[in-house]
Order: sequence, then C-alpha cells, then structure tokens
Amino acid sequence: MAAHLSYGRVNLNVLREAVRRELREFLDKCAGSKAIVWDEYLTGPFGLIAQYSLLKEHEVEKMFTLKGSRLPAADVKNIIFFVRPRLELMDIIAENVLSEDRRGPARDFHILFVPRRSLLCEQRLKDLGVLGSFIHREEYSLDLIPFDGDLLSMESEGAFKECYLESDQTSLYHAAKGLMTLQALYGTIPQIFGKGECARQVANMMIRMKREFTGSQNSIFPVFDNLLLLDRNVDLLSPLATQLTYEGLIDEIYGIQNSYVKLPPEKFAPKKQGDGGKDLPTEAKKLQLNSAEELYAEIRDKNFNAVGSVLSKKAKVISAAFEERHNAKTVGEIKQFVSQLPHMQAARGSLANHTSIAELIKDVTTSEDFFDKLTVEQEFMSGIDTDKVNSYIEDCIAQKHPLIKVLRLVCLQSVCNSGLKQKVLDYYKREILQTYGYEHILTLHNLEKAGLLKPQTGGRNNYPTIRKTLRLWMDDVNEQNPTDISYVYSGYAPLSVRLAQLLSRPGWRSIEEVLRILPGPHFEERQPLPTGLQKKRQPGENRVTLIFFLGGVTFAEIAALRFLSQLEDGGSRASRVGRCRPRPPSTCCSFCESCWPSCSSATRCSSGRCCWPVGPPTSWC
Amino acid sequence: MNRTKGDEEEYWNSSKFKAFTFDDEDDELSQLKESKRAVNSLRDFVDDDDEDDLERVSWTGEPVGSISWSIKETAGNSGSSHEREQLKNRNSFSTYAQLPKPASTYSLSSFFRGRTRPGSFQSLSDALSDTPAKSYAPELGRPKGEYRDYSNDWSPSDTVRRLRKGKDKIQLLEEAVSMHDGNVITAVLIFLKRTLSKEILFRELEVRQVALRHLIHFLKEIGDQKLLLDLFRFLDRTEELALSHYREHLNIQDPEKRKEFLKTCIGLPFSAEDSAHIQDHYTLLERQIIIEANDRHLELAGQTEVFRKHPRKASILNMPLVTTLFYSCFYHYTEAEGTFSSPVNLKKTFKIPDKQYVLTALAARAKLRAWHDVDALFTTKNWLGYTKKRAPIGFHRVVEILHKNSAPVQVLQEYVNLVEDVDTKLNLATKFKCHDVVIDTCRDLKDRQQLLAYRSKVDKGSAEEEKIDALLNSSQIRWKN
Repeated sequence: MAAHLSYGRVNLNVLREAVRRELREFLDKCAGSKAIVWDEYLTGPFGLIAQYSLLKEHEVEKMFTLKGSRLPAADVKNIIFFVRPRLELMDIIAENVLSEDRRGPARDFHILFVPRRSLLCEQRLKDLGVLGSFIHREEYSLDLIPFDGDLLSMESEGAFKECYLESDQTSLYHAAKGLMTLQALYGTIPQIFGKGECARQVANMMIRMKREFTGSQNSIFPVFDNLLLLDRNVDLLSPLATQLTYEGLIDEIYGIQNSYVKLPPEKFAPKKQGDGGKDLPTEAKKLQLNSAEELYAEIRDKNFNAVGSVLSKKAKVISAAFEERHNAKTVGEIKQFVSQLPHMQAARGSLANHTSIAELIKDVTTSEDFFDKLTVEQEFMSGIDTDKVNSYIEDCIAQKHPLIKVLRLVCLQSVCNSGLKQKVLDYYKREILQTYGYEHILTLHNLEKAGLLKPQTGGRNNYPTIRKTLRLWMDDVNEQNPTDISYVYSGYAPLSVRLAQLLSRPGWRSIEEVLRILPGPHFEERQPLPTGLQKKRQPGENRVTLIFFLGGVTFAEIAALRFLSQLEDGGSRASRVGRCRPRPPSTCCSFCESCWPSCSSATRCSSGRCCWPVGPPTSWC
Repeated sequence: MNRTKGDEEEYWNSSKFKAFTFDDEDDELSQLKESKRAVNSLRDFVDDDDEDDLERVSWTGEPVGSISWSIKETAGNSGSSHEREQLKNRNSFSTYAQLPKPASTYSLSSFFRGRTRPGSFQSLSDALSDTPAKSYAPELGRPKGEYRDYSNDWSPSDTVRRLRKGKDKIQLLEEAVSMHDGNVITAVLIFLKRTLSKEILFRELEVRQVALRHLIHFLKEIGDQKLLLDLFRFLDRTEELALSHYREHLNIQDPEKRKEFLKTCIGLPFSAEDSAHIQDHYTLLERQIIIEANDRHLELAGQTEVFRKHPRKASILNMPLVTTLFYSCFYHYTEAEGTFSSPVNLKKTFKIPDKQYVLTALAARAKLRAWHDVDALFTTKNWLGYTKKRAPIGFHRVVEILHKNSAPVQVLQEYVNLVEDVDTKLNLATKFKCHDVVIDTCRDLKDRQQLLAYRSKVDKGSAEEEKIDALLNSSQIRWKN
C-alpha cells in the first residue's frame, strides 16, 4: 500500500487499488506460469501501481525487455507482451513470435495493450502473419495514475504534440475516460469549468458519456466539488520559463521520469567503508521523488533559494538527535534511543541525498550563463524589449548552445510579444537554420503550427494587458516566505494557476476581457446530483477542486497550486484546490524532427527533458 | 445509497456497468448479427480487392465500420472488464440472439449526439434523419424521396444498399468523429479509403477537418507518401505539400541521391523565405559533395600539411552551414575566392553576415594558432592608409574565443587592451592573467588600492611585481586613493 497516496484530502489509494485489481484479473486469465515481455517505456508507469511481488503472486516468473530477434529462454506456459500501441513495436513482437515457433514446446502468447488496443497495430500483426498466435489480446486502460496524495498523471508524453501538432485527439478521449473512472470511484463532480478548445471537447465527451450511464445513477457522495479543465495552449508561457522550485530545477536539469530522477553518481559515492566498500559507482544514481519522503515533501515546492536554509536546519536537528545518545544513561533511555534509530538513519540518508542534489543544482544555478539566461527570461516576462532581436539569444546561437535552449527562449519571446515581428522572426530563423542545419525548417514549422512561435498579426501585442490584469509579473517576491504564487518562477506567476486562483475567488466574471483574449472558449457546466447526494456545506468547509491540465503541467505550477491550497486552508473562506493534472505533454523537443547523426544534442532532443514541463498530473486535495 | 468500500469492490467486478451491459446486450447482439450479415454480403461487391481486409481491421471479428464494432468501441468506455463480459456473452451468441430488442438508451446515435429518448430504439437511421441533407456531397446524396427509408429500422439489405451508395459511410465517419476516438476514426477512414474512390474521399474530407487531419496523420504513419501528396494537392495545401515532400530527404542516406532529391524540392510552393533556405540547402550539399571528394583525396595523398597535422574527424557532408564555414576556414583559409571551398566564396554564396563570418573564422584560425590570420581579421585600413583594429563582434568576445583556444598571454593582452569598456577590460585582464594590462589600467585609473591588492596575485620576484612596486613608489602619479 502506498501510504503517501492517502495523505491528501482525496484518498487516491482507492484508485490505485482499482487499477491493481484489473491487472490481477488479466494475469489470472492466462492460466499457468508466465513471462512478461515489456515495452520498456511502460515499466515506469507500471512501477507506480504495482511491484514485482504482485506480478509474482500471479505466477509471473520472468520479465524481459522487448527487443528484436529471439526471446530469451524461459520455461513458462505463457508469454505476455505489455506494449503501447505502436507500429514499430508490433514488428518486434512479430519477430519474437516468428523465431519462437521453431523451437521447443509451444507456448501461449498474449498481448496487453496499454492504454488501448489499436486497430492499426492489430492490422500490422495480421500483415505480419502472427495475429492468430495471440490468445488474449486486450487493453489495460491505465488512464490516470496516482502519483502522490494530490497528483494524478496520465503519463502520456506525446499528448501535447498529438493534440496541438497532429490534431489527434485520442489523448482527450483518454482524459475523458479517466475522468469518468474517477467519477465512478469518487462521485459525480457537480461543476465543471473549462478554458480552451480541448477543455471544451473533453467536457462534451464527459457529458455524453454520462448520458450513456443514466440507467444507473452514481450513488457515491461526491468528493470533488469542482473540476477545472485547462488547455495547455491557454498558457504556453509557464512551460517555456525556467522553473525555480527545487523539484522544478531537478526536472529542468536532470529530468524527472515517472517520479524517478537519474543523477550523476559521483556525488553519491559511499563515504564509508561500511557502505559496501565498492568502487566508485559508475551507473547513474536513481532516486524516487515523492511525498512519502518527509524531507522531500517539505522542500520540493520551495524556491531553490530557500532550500539551503531548510537543509542546514535539518542537519542540526539530526546531529542533535544523534548526540542524544550521550545523554542516555539508563537502560530505558538507551532502549528508547535505539528504537528511534531506524527513523533517524532514514532521515540522515534522505538529508544526505538532498544535500548532494542541492549541490549539483547549485553548480548550475550559480553559473554565469544560467544567470544570463534567467535575466533574459525575466525581461521578456516583464515585457522588456520583446520586440527586437535579443543579443543573448544571438550569442547562444553563435556559440551553438543546445538548440532546445535557443528555441525555448525564442518561443518565450514570441509568447510574451503575442508573436514576433516578421523581421525579427525571419532573422532568428535564418540564424538557426544556418547554425543548426536547414532541415530544422521542419522543426520551426512545427513550432509555428503549435502556436509556440508565430509572427505577430494585426500589429497588436496583447501580452501587456494579460500580464497586468492577471498580475503575472510581481516585482517584489519573497522567496523564503512567499505570499504569492509568483515565487515559483521568482517573479512570474504562472498564468494557468492564476486562472485557477481567480476562479475560486472572485470568479471568472471579473476577468472576462482577458479570457476572451486567451485562446479557446471558456465555459461552465453543471452535472445535476440527486438530492440525496447534494452537499450541505458547513460554513468554513473547504471545497475540493480537481484541476486537469490538458497537455501537461510543470512542477512549478504544481508547487504554485499546492501553495494556494495551503493559503486557502489557513484562511477563513477556504476553498481547497484539488488538482489533477494530467501528464505533461511533450516538449519542444519532440518538435525537432531531424538531427543528423553526429549532432550531440540529438539525444537531448529526444529525451525532451528540458522543455516542457514534465510532470505528473494530478489532484490535490 | 452511500457506497461503501465493499460496494466498490463489487462495482469493479461486476455491478453497475454490467447492469447496463445486460440491458444492451441483446440489443447489441441482434444488431451485431444483422450487421455481420450485412457486411458479409457487402464485401462481395464493395470490397473486391482483398477479402481479408475487412476482417483484418477488426478486434473481435466484427468488421470495421460495422455498427456493432463501433458500439463495442464505445462500450469500451466502461473499462475492459465490461468488454470481457461482452466477449463471454458473445460466445453464447445463439442463446441471446433470439431475444426481443429491449428498450435501450444505449445506442450509437445517442452516444454521439447526446440525445436520449428513453424507451425508443435509436439506431443509425435515427441519427441520419436529423442530419441536414446538405452535409452530404451531391454525388453521395440520395433524392429526398428516399429519406423515408430512414425512418424505419433498417434491414441488412438496406444497410448494404445504403453503404453501397456511400451515404452511410460518410455518416459512419461523422459519428466516429464526434466520438473523438482516434482509433474509431482511423478505422472508419481505413474502410473509406478502401471503398471510396480517391476523389470522393478527398472531397468529403475537405469539409470534415477533424477526419481530414486524422487521415493525414494516418498516411504519415503508414508512410503512404503518394496518397498524402495527392491529398495535399487536391486540398491546395501547397505549403504543406512542399514540406511533406521535403521531409522525405531525411530518409535518403546517399549524398548524391539526397542532393538530387533536394533539387526536386526547389521551386515547390514554399513561402518566399523558406524557398531561399531550401535553395541554400541544396547548394550547400552540392558544395559539400565536391569539397568532400576533393579533401578525401588530399588527405589520402598525404601531401598537404594541414591534413597531415590535423586529420579530419568526420566527413563534412550534411553538416550545417556554419560548421561548413568553420571547416573551410580551417582547411582552406587561403584559397582564392574562385574555388568552391574557399571561405570567402561561401560567405558570398550564402550571404553570411559579417559577424557570423568573423566569429567562425576567428574560432578556426585560433584553433590552428594562426595568430597572424587573427590579427589580419581585425585590421582595417582606412582611405588614408592608416590601419585600425575593429571587431564587429566586440573585442571582449574575441578575447573569450582566443582564451578558449588557449592563446598565449601576449596575444590575449593585445585584444584585452582593445576592449573599450574599462571595467570589462579590467575583469577580463584579471581573469586571464594579463598582468600588464591590469597594471597599466590601474595606473591610468589612478587606483592605488586596486593595484596594491593585485600585487598579491602576481608571482613573488617577477617582473610584474617589480613593475607594480616601481609604480607604487613613483611620485609622478597622483593616486586617487
């Protein structure tokens, strides 16, 4: 049981149990011993809902990673492929199956598609002549995965790209399905708010789906009061700016995948012989980051500048606690001390890890280049010189900094200027193509198509109006003891979160004008509840809002939402923000279509770490 | 009615969804049977290319595009447990098949359109009847008089007849689109692609943007470049057509072939700005091929010093323009403008801005430690014959680049001295240990304190220390502090 999931206002363990049950049912269907062949990408998300022990209880004896040619030998009755519906994976599966037939005893093959079966894939399997070899072909709809007590994610990295670049709305369908599942478990959400084209569509699908279920009333008392659906393209600024919270910076620099981060091992070398006395580790250090770790829960959402003092305070507390042993005189006292040891050891380990991570981050944030980049970003966001060619960006191109960094800055400038002047845009384009290769014409076109980069039309820059009305830029930011969400970007208050904040108080009516400037419709829908389920609100009772970001969310935005929720908790008119956020979308990176083989940034591009928010979605409560 | 935990358990295993499943089941099964029959006969004349095709795209045996197929698709909403339930029941098909149709609200049309008429049987025909006739292309439409067909339940033969005319195919597509389920839309598109002529398909999709985007994505996915280009041509989306064609070059490894391919891209309807870039892309590769052949030969012959001393690490083929310029500044700096590989020629051909050119040439010459060339790069003569140092990129950048290429202090300090801003100059000089510059600058600033502080940074007994001492003791200078 994942205890941290039940800390929040909404017990997400209910959801976790539900998806686990479904997994067990599928496994039991394939009677006898089994081996699972994994699409490697899926092991991350699955790891969040089940450990190997669960699989083992259901006779899973071997696990392999999906790769070409033959399957490794395994004395099992069933071979089950856990795969995403991707054509290229089907080719590998077919290869596996075909080379299998020639050897030994016949085995049963099955496929579990996650999150959905795909027609194209099954057609491909048929073309390859292996479709008939599979006894069970099923889907496992892992739509929303619980990440933390207040966070759910769809873990669909490509969502942004699919929705806004390829106009493939399948991910919206999954989102709607996920929300239906959530409502089945936690009750109908009485009010739905939304902003953006995709939000509108998801709401429509939900309403339609609900109508289908009218035969059986949902009789669960609603846990969520509101649902807010937000399109990522309503706020393209937040994912482009550098996140400055602790968790946000870990993500910016190392990339957080499925709540895990991989760090350079040097800083984590065992200091004492007792730790195993092995050689220096050469493999990346992998750490899981979630609120189950007390210290991390405390510092993850702080501005990085406030993390150091917390760490040093903790260090003092812990060493004081260890010193206690000298004061323990009686057997009873010693016994008590010893009983606390495991907890103290864990706290010390956790402190050591985060001190090392903070050092790694500090190396980056104190560099001159980081400072210069931040300065430029902040100038753009506060509206300074967004209409001319920026000399720092020029320098970055001249020095051939990673393309993704350059693109992020150019796009940021474009967003903060409601599009770039044609002359400026053409200049940047030319420089980029000459330095990084002409094939990036395709990359630039993709960015334009997704609205991240565009020429200014109508000669009007709307950004200042938006900035002022929504108070997106705050000059005095208290990073240590924040009073406003703008601390997460040291000045810029994420637009998306501001919208959520204004919705809860005083309501969107006050910002109609800005809502009209932002892309897509805004709307409100009510889902009527039977009288028995309507809440009689106690005065002062908090409301729980689920916020769903369609196309991803940054860790900094999540931090800002958590901050709001605490703020509201303390106040008398509390309304608690619960938010759910779906998983982040793709990064700019996925827009880079081509990199010649020797381009070192190619790998960075495909891993997509730096750009958009990568994060998990969720709900908090 | 509050649901407890135990209930939830039950819910996942069975309860609610199953309830509605059962409601529908018979409905679905009878439809299933009908449509199965319908589509089986349909195949005979609609789909004459490949018998298997219709079956191929199905998941559970129902042909794609059949109603039951789509319904199952929607039923999938309730999770796979529900689907399993259906599978089970389907196995006992015959027992259910004879049951009368129940009054169900679960039907394709209500799902899509959100219309609910409890108690009435809704079917495809229902949905059709309220769709304005003008949304069909005239070719596919039917005379108004035939509309009455739709007011009744349809029989297999009706289905076949209508599907054959194409109208229901389009209806099918609209229903799929309103579901937003990419899988369903793609399935229907595959069916349509196979059963409609290209012209009709394109024309129908032109007014159905969502479906159109799906088809485009699908064609890209399966790599049907030909149909894709036909489609763009039909839609007159010329720029996309051009880009899509251009994208193909990435799949061509052979440089000659790639070059030939790029040639075909020139003149495609790109925007004016992009056209120039595409032309440049072609010209660049053309140059690179010539340079590569020539240089490989030179390198092998081993007669040229620069290739012997600095063997090439990689081929220049497919490198970006700036990289190519660097290469040519490195290996072909002194060549006359007439040769393809000369930097000046590249600069002219591709209209490389001065700044870019100087930056690149500087980096290349510094790497070779050709300080004389570096010097020449910044020396300009005015019309009176005086020489002057000028750097379009600013001398602070020059210094940084030289330092990166580990230029000796003598060279560095010459350029540090040329930095105009005094603070920057002092910073750079200190950073790169150009002692003379620091000392002289302090002297010029009359900053005794700073000079004193700097004394601790130079080696004991060095010439610099002596120089500082001499200055500190000098009575000629009026220190400001």
